[in-house]
Amino acid sequence: MNGGTNNRDSRAAARLRGLTHRYGETFALDDVTLDIPAGCMAGLIGPDGVGKSTLLAILAGVRRIQSGEVTVLDGDMKAPAHRSLCHTRIAYMPQGLGKNLYPTLSVEENLDFFGRLFGLGAAERRERIEELLTATGLAPFPDRAVGALSGGMKQKLGLCCALIHDPDLLILDEPTTGVDPLSRRQFWELIDTIRARRPHMSVLVATAYMEEAERFDWLAAMDDGRVLATGAPADIREAAGKETLEAAFIGLLPEEKRARHKPVHVPPRMSHDGEPAIEATDLTRRFGDFVAVDRVNFRIERGEIFGFLGSNGCGKTTTMKMLTGLLPVSEGTARLFGKELNARDMTTRRRVGYMSQSFSLYEELTVRQNLELHAELFHIPKERREDRVREMLKSFDLEEVETARPDGLPLGIRQRLQLAVAVIHDPEILILDEPTSGVDPIARDQFWQYLIDLSREQGVTIFISTHFMNEAERCDRISLMHAGRVLAVGEPRVLSQERGETTLEAAFVDYLREAADLPEFGTDAQAQTDELPAPVTETEAGHRRFFSKRRLWAYTRREAMELLRDPVRLSFALVGPLILLVTLGYGISFDVENIPYAVFDQDRSLESRTLLREFEGSRYFEERAAIESAAERYRRLQSGDITLAIEIPEGYGRDLLSGHSPEISLLVAGSNPFRAETALGYGEAIIARYAEEQRRLQPMPTAEAAFHVETRFLFNQAFKSVFAIVPGAYMLLMMLIPAIMTAVGVVREKEMGSIANFRATPVTRLEFLLGKQLPYVALAFASFLSLLLMGLFLFRVPVEGSLSALIAGAALYVGASTAFGLLISSFVRSQIAALFATAIVAMTPTVNFSGMLTPVSTLEGTSRHMGKLFPSSWFQEISSGAVTKGLGFSDLWQAHIALALFCIVFLAAARVALRKQEK
Amino acid sequence: MAGGGLSSLRRSLLNIFRLGVKELRSLRSDPVLVFLIVYAFSFGIYEVATGVKFEVSNASVAIIDEDRSPLSRQIAAALLPPYFQKAEIIGAEEASEALDSGRYVFILDIPPHFERDLLSGKSPTLQLNVDATAMSMAGTGATYIQTIVTDEVTRALRTSGKATRQEAELVARALFNPNLDSVPFTSVMEVINNITLLSVILAGAALIREREHGTLEHLLVMPVTAIEIMSSKLWANGLVIVFAATLSLILVVQGILGVRTSGSLALFIAGALLYQFSVTALGILLATFTNSMAQYGLLVMPVLILMQLLSGSSTPLESMPVWLQNTMQVSPSTHFVAFSQAILYRGAGFAIVWPQLAVMAAIGAAFFFIALGRFRRAILRG
Repeated sequence: MNGGTNNRDSRAAARLRGLTHRYGETFALDDVTLDIPAGCMAGLIGPDGVGKSTLLAILAGVRRIQSGEVTVLDGDMKAPAHRSLCHTRIAYMPQGLGKNLYPTLSVEENLDFFGRLFGLGAAERRERIEELLTATGLAPFPDRAVGALSGGMKQKLGLCCALIHDPDLLILDEPTTGVDPLSRRQFWELIDTIRARRPHMSVLVATAYMEEAERFDWLAAMDDGRVLATGAPADIREAAGKETLEAAFIGLLPEEKRARHKPVHVPPRMSHDGEPAIEATDLTRRFGDFVAVDRVNFRIERGEIFGFLGSNGCGKTTTMKMLTGLLPVSEGTARLFGKELNARDMTTRRRVGYMSQSFSLYEELTVRQNLELHAELFHIPKERREDRVREMLKSFDLEEVETARPDGLPLGIRQRLQLAVAVIHDPEILILDEPTSGVDPIARDQFWQYLIDLSREQGVTIFISTHFMNEAERCDRISLMHAGRVLAVGEPRVLSQERGETTLEAAFVDYLREAADLPEFGTDAQAQTDELPAPVTETEAGHRRFFSKRRLWAYTRREAMELLRDPVRLSFALVGPLILLVTLGYGISFDVENIPYAVFDQDRSLESRTLLREFEGSRYFEERAAIESAAERYRRLQSGDITLAIEIPEGYGRDLLSGHSPEISLLVAGSNPFRAETALGYGEAIIARYAEEQRRLQPMPTAEAAFHVETRFLFNQAFKSVFAIVPGAYMLLMMLIPAIMTAVGVVREKEMGSIANFRATPVTRLEFLLGKQLPYVALAFASFLSLLLMGLFLFRVPVEGSLSALIAGAALYVGASTAFGLLISSFVRSQIAALFATAIVAMTPTVNFSGMLTPVSTLEGTSRHMGKLFPSSWFQEISSGAVTKGLGFSDLWQAHIALALFCIVFLAAARVALRKQEK
Repeated sequence: MAGGGLSSLRRSLLNIFRLGVKELRSLRSDPVLVFLIVYAFSFGIYEVATGVKFEVSNASVAIIDEDRSPLSRQIAAALLPPYFQKAEIIGAEEASEALDSGRYVFILDIPPHFERDLLSGKSPTLQLNVDATAMSMAGTGATYIQTIVTDEVTRALRTSGKATRQEAELVARALFNPNLDSVPFTSVMEVINNITLLSVILAGAALIREREHGTLEHLLVMPVTAIEIMSSKLWANGLVIVFAATLSLILVVQGILGVRTSGSLALFIAGALLYQFSVTALGILLATFTNSMAQYGLLVMPVLILMQLLSGSSTPLESMPVWLQNTMQVSPSTHFVAFSQAILYRGAGFAIVWPQLAVMAAIGAAFFFIALGRFRRAILRG
């Protein structure tokens, strides 16, 4: 931060007056009044959960102001107009490695997306992307998918994305958490060169690294939602009378908190005899052609603290996963407690505690419930369980958040919970993957003291990876890893001596630079300055507050690319409906044939046999074995063996001939009313026909002969189900499948964190929603055309009416169904709920109230209204109207208008449900 | 180590129990999900049961009365609820438009001088126009109308002294559901549809969420096996859904809708548990084939549609082509629908329904073990 103070500006980048923010009962910010200077590097330091992130999010305009005044870049952040202007002048990088990037898109595509969001033209985008990539050293990998980048590279790319529109204020929330020392250095040097080029830019950073904060121009130390001290690092150190910023910060804390902190003491380790606890021999892991871990060897003794250091993506996590049995070993061996690793060995699992890099506990359970669950799964005896949980809550300072759920807690506290869970069962080996990333210095020291006690007093072996050099120095031995290989193993002090460096960090960076073949920084930084991009010219989209085609297209394009990169989803979306149409077209049928029946003939006369022959010849009925008794008849109807039983009484023939009216009885199983009715109807018709045959010989006129009813089945002369089912299936499939496609769209961004881009950039709610909708409209429409072709050529169901009315209707309909999915997605908070709600809400009106199975005109009461209040019934009208009834626009225009209205209403409702600012 | 004294079976059962309790807690913490389950089993059932009729019920009829005779008015008056809505008299010129717009399913055209021609023995012709896109009632409804017209004509002929005698008296009776009312059918089938929908989505989506959040990976480094994880999901989800379904059957179907089911409720619940086991296993199996919730949604929707529409709960199985009937034997819903119909409507006992129970158990076990085989690989992939 050379000469940073020279650039200090008398203006303030942000002014806060009485800012208070609460989550439920907890105060995240408590009456904060603060001026953050402009044109310099300003830092926020403080323990976890004291409101740093909340403060930054409010300054970025991403979180709503609850009470108090906030002025950023000389404007009121409560005013929407100023906020929207700020989106083009502020760049915000949220916490978490690459959380706001899109993992399936490449480096260049991510940058291109951000460029479009800020309205840069094509030429300008190309130029700036090239410049930024060169400046950050990402130029060799423009086509690499972001998901495959290391953490350090992700952070650099995140910075590029933030810088693409030349912001006046750069807000970085713990940008180097979880980043290795070399990348961290490169990151800050990059910021320096950018600032050298653009001196008026203000930078505001929250950080947990005190050595980084030491180099800032101005600091605000925070605790419990309040600001403890502000000023240059030197002033803060002086005021506290301490030598380091870390010590000064601890000194500033209230007495009660300070009391918890004790300097970490590492007693010497007593050497244990016997087998090593962990032993790796030529351990190798390949993913396809890529060798993630390349012949790694180490022996870790019982009770040893073994540190695992290395650049991001060097294979540390992969090695640890192999040791836990989560990943199979490609070559070589790994031994725990002298036994070769076996993923199915429960006894070994019970002796190992593991903490993964990302949070992997249940967000929906409280802190205490999570601890209890793990205590139970490790079968800690009941009488000790409660004590153990209590002990963990106390040791890891979690008592205050005992009943809170992890999803609302700050990163540092979540990490502490993970640690508590990892050690709750007194494991003999602890495998910890970057356990202290994002944890504040005090808690980190507490945790280390705990680990050291475990190692020294109980002989627990600890295998730990970290990016903090002061932690690495506490290890008995460390190993340095790079690109899948171990560069060096040894005691930390010895390693730095070997390199002739005074600090471990310097030695580490030296090792890495040698391995990665990187040039020295001094010259490099100079070169970078020259390559930095020129300021952005005024842009079109930057000023379009309400609607910009370019921003809309940015989202459309990105969503479409993500969809195209997911062949599974694409093929499910296109092939699924076709398979469904085939099965429904052949499967759903109201053509009743082959009704199973049996005869209970007690007469066995010529007359009864003549009557029964009528049934035998009918294609509607299929005869089963004759019935011998009334009991048998009941039983067979009950078991579903037959649907209809015909009973002819004794003496039927005799009665008929002698002019008496004998009684024939039809008995039907009424369990499926539709079938029962059909069976009775057909049965009665057959008997009536038989009776008529008999009457031919009679002189008297009968009612049937006296008149005729001519029944015409309109629109479907053959009266075949397929003509009704195919247009119905168009309606059914084009509602349910497109709705499911968009239903997870918005809520997925909420769960994964990329929603931050929507909140922090100038994109409007409508642009965002439409951008996410359009690719699915296109996909669904293509799917409709494929269904139509199948209907025409496989099922031979022609479109009798207007084809253009049908196609126009389908376009509007998929617009409405995708908008419906987006609406659900904007409302709910989890993807599961989105799936659930879409399936439950859409299924009933589409299947039951749309007119596909039963005509809308026969629906009763609210069902009918429910049908009308959902797009399905309207498209059913268009679909069956155009396909079978031969109708056109002049008959169906009302339905078209209704569908268009559904599109608009759903989108408008989604726009209301979606908040541009977080609460 | 802790708990070293426990036998491995006991430990396994304890794990299954505790993980299941965790599932229940997770479910409880998502109010939207709880609301949707309650909605589906209460209002959802009521709405479909009372609104949708597959039998001829409430059918919309119009009459073009060009005769305007006492007989034509009698015919109009004889089309009665609950089968038909009150017949509306419309003009001949409206007929085509009325059918096009789906306003009426049936239009009966009574020609001029119908009564006079009838009594003078001229054998006049009535025209019945049917909107055949209303497949569910077009055929049967037409038969009904024909019968009603015949009755009225017979009466008219009889009063004018030209009566006719009937040769054979036909007595038609329906067992198990004498009035052929569709509420008992639709309501119970809707309960089944909801069991299917909720079980498949709940189990599969919960698995994908656990994978996306890394919690499954975390479980797999603990002394917990895949079979324990899957079993815990089965019992916990089963408990919730079967409990909700039973409650729905007692309170909504029997209580509010007043449906009298004949068979043993306990046997039905036992079958529902077995069915729930098979569809939950199916949900888990489907989840092992997908990587994200978006993919899962697209895979599960067609499966749900097929299971709902082709299981025999909407249209009878016998009407399908044989190859499809055979294919649908793989779906547990087909067997559960047959099982439920036998118990709830026809009062069948264990002796009659055990084959369905056995098949459901077999299908469920097959799904379960295929899913188990894929579980570890599918979870740790990517």
